[in-house]
Amino acid sequence: MRYIDPHAHMVSRTTDDYEKMALAGCRALTEPAFWAGYDRCSAEGFRDYFNQLTSIEPARARTYGIHHFTWLCINPKEAEDVGFAREVMQVIPEFLAKGNVLGIGEIGLNKNSKNELRVLEEHLEIAAQHQSLVLVHTPHLEDKQKGTRLIMEAVRNQPSIDPGRVLIDHVEEHTVKEVLDGGFWGGMTLYPDTKCTAKRAADILETCGTERLWMNSACDWGVSNPLSVPTAALELRARGHHPEAIDHVIFKNPMAFLKQAPAFAKRAEAIDVGHPPE
Amino acid sequence: MNRLDTNLPRSDVIDRDFLEHRAKLIDIAAFLDRCERADGTDDFRLRALRTAIPLLIDGQPERARRILESFSDPTSEPIPEAPGKGASGAWEGSS
Ligand SMILES: [Zn+2]
Repeated sequence: MRYIDPHAHMVSRTTDDYEKMALAGCRALTEPAFWAGYDRCSAEGFRDYFNQLTSIEPARARTYGIHHFTWLCINPKEAEDVGFAREVMQVIPEFLAKGNVLGIGEIGLNKNSKNELRVLEEHLEIAAQHQSLVLVHTPHLEDKQKGTRLIMEAVRNQPSIDPGRVLIDHVEEHTVKEVLDGGFWGGMTLYPDTKCTAKRAADILETCGTERLWMNSACDWGVSNPLSVPTAALELRARGHHPEAIDHVIFKNPMAFLKQAPAFAKRAEAIDVGHPPE
Repeated sequence: MNRLDTNLPRSDVIDRDFLEHRAKLIDIAAFLDRCERADGTDDFRLRALRTAIPLLIDGQPERARRILESFSDPTSEPIPEAPGKGASGAWEGSS
């Protein structure tokens, strides 16, 4: 089995996790910038974080033959202070040309507030200016459906961004159809208690089809499992699905979306045939 | 080839998943018993759970989607200010 985990917060994981993921067939992963569990007190703290995402983590991943890519932003949980968010957003363009940067993410909404929405719109402007791919975090639990709709509206208000270059993550049964009908890509995050279980993700694939959908572990410092993508693949196998159809979901789909970013396209062939990063 | 149509006969689905979901149902029952043994009153989360449970047996399809929607904020305008960072799992204004 080969797979790509397109959403994994490896700065929060141990080196053992890289080894387990490599053993399970992980060829590449992408790491969106996110909330550290506390609010950073300066834009310089983000500069350090962006350095970690663009130099330290790729080196750790390389040790296990895994290609590491990243997305940059100030996450919606720290976006209530618009002035602070703008300071951080000014730092982002410095890093966009680094060899493992795919685009802007994970931007989005958390509590669906006006300030969060403003910061989301300004991130989308950066993405439009730099023609970057976008990875979007949708809110948790009771806030998800409303937030997903507000996010799709914000993207539509930015006509230079093609929905086919935007991945809307953490979809569930009540948001997945609207996301796909809008021409966006959808990500299913496999979490034990919140978001999707492996069984529900398999149900969604069986009922909504496999086009423009991927699965990810979103493993971070909270309750999460870095092996949840291969675990979901096992569920699909146990249901009798064809190995090629499973490969389509856990490998070819993320390849197709991510290849739209030049940084990924350059290494797509190596990832496809299983060459480790140079 | 890329479609993942439902392949298993219903008897196989039941064989694979019955015990797991039987246990989850008993967990819900025990949780409600535990809440009722404890002093105090229901809050909006427990009321939301009680509202969602009948959707399991109303005979209509897409139960997962409809239960998720029953826990969701149905409004459409952004709120003036984020009250904090967390989410509770049910919309406080829903009951
Ligand atoms: Zn994340």
